[in-house]
Amino acid sequence: MATNWYHYASPVTFYPLAGRLAPWFAAIAALLAAAGLWIGFGLAPTDATQGEAYRIIYIHVPTAWMAMFVYLVMAFWSALALAFNTRLSAMMAQALAPTGALMAALALWTGAFWGRPTWGTYWAWDARMTSTLILLFLYLGVIALRSAIDDPRRADRACAVLTLVGAVNVPIIYFSVRWWNTLHQGASVSLTAAPKMASLMLSGMLVMSFAAWAWCIAAALWRVRAIILERERGSAWVATLPGMGRSAGVPGQGPKGLRSPPPSRCATRVSD
Amino acid sequence: MTTPAPRSDDDGETGGALAGLAWALRRDLKLAFRTRSELAVQLLFYAIVVTLFPLATTPERTLLSTMGPGVLWVAALLASLLSLPRIFALDQADGTLEQMALSPWPLPAIVSGKILAHWLTTGLPVVVLAPLAALQYGLDGIAIGVLVAGLALGTPILSLLGAIGAALTLGVRGAGGLVALLVLPLYVPVLIFGAGAVDAVRAGIAVDANLSLLGAGLIVAALGSPFAAAAAVRIALD
Repeated sequence: MATNWYHYASPVTFYPLAGRLAPWFAAIAALLAAAGLWIGFGLAPTDATQGEAYRIIYIHVPTAWMAMFVYLVMAFWSALALAFNTRLSAMMAQALAPTGALMAALALWTGAFWGRPTWGTYWAWDARMTSTLILLFLYLGVIALRSAIDDPRRADRACAVLTLVGAVNVPIIYFSVRWWNTLHQGASVSLTAAPKMASLMLSGMLVMSFAAWAWCIAAALWRVRAIILERERGSAWVATLPGMGRSAGVPGQGPKGLRSPPPSRCATRVSD
Repeated sequence: MTTPAPRSDDDGETGGALAGLAWALRRDLKLAFRTRSELAVQLLFYAIVVTLFPLATTPERTLLSTMGPGVLWVAALLASLLSLPRIFALDQADGTLEQMALSPWPLPAIVSGKILAHWLTTGLPVVVLAPLAALQYGLDGIAIGVLVAGLALGTPILSLLGAIGAALTLGVRGAGGLVALLVLPLYVPVLIFGAGAVDAVRAGIAVDANLSLLGAGLIVAALGSPFAAAAAVRIALD
């Protein structure tokens, strides 16, 4: 395969590629998650200070990393969408937003469950927790803006501008919250002061992180396939897809006709 | 709305940009002056929000002076949020915004003028009113001075960032609630540094770091956000 990446910049060519790649990433995610959980819950020793409660880091830390990283990837696709006006880039950004929001929510959720036994509280106004919460709000803002605009092309570019403004702000927000936190209460709940991690714990966490990566990629690819189908359902190539049947490809139904019900056979796949 | 058509005989990029800025500033100020009661409503909103907090918590003086800076800043954020539709919504409704986008002057310059007018009519009154509200919260003289300095540096940032959110939600379903969701997370650093400056002076720590960061934020926002807001306006007009 010659490395002509522009070949896959079109939804027509990317749709089957995403379909081929997604199961592989899902399988990798499942295998790595199984291995990581086995290392984390079976092999890794009990923590000297936190007991068994610490084991939630095998979920917590990977999701927190992905919450930040997915936003960067989203900003990258948004910049491409604005610079080259490519539809697929905007669709990728759209597909990543719910995944990122889910990761941020999971990080906060597991953090609360970890904080209760170790710090004695579900929530502290710790710098990282607060900035993750604001990151979740940014994700939700992008999703809300997307769903409020009917014209998908306008929604693409509006969300891209918002994502980029947010990307400039994320480091500022992080450092301002950290500054505010140190000013107010000192580092009473610092994770950085924890004793050095056993290598088995670290490797379990890394394996779980790779699992989270693979899962995010698989989820985004599956979602982008649904988005492509939803937006391109009026085009001829969707009608020729196997399984689309005769009902797809209603003539004259452009991408603006999103509000009308999708053709019957692809309805099950769009609702993914 | 009677608006003089932008003259196209301006020569030079900067001349055109400054002329566009000045024109938009004059026009929006004139329009704001003719709808003074709306501006008064926004100022009253600030005053009422500030009044609600002691009623909801306690009139005790030490507690009020502790939370006063934060309350005054949150109220400023909400007042700025409430006034954001003023920047573009009316102009979009009557088609003026489209004419501005078509004018030979650069759109970011016109947007800058509109943002400046927005701050002068909604941000500056809050800065002026803040000392009075601060007295109600029992802040002392130096703390009030730092509060006013912080608001003077911070409220323009609110107008600049808010303009992006206002432009993005032009003509969108449920724009009022949506703009809050888009803009308030971006306001967080301004809130932290602004309220932090007053906290610092009350704790006897140097305030220049907070105020310097607010000033730096103002410069960055003034350089960047007119372009982002102008891009958002063009997206909304397509």
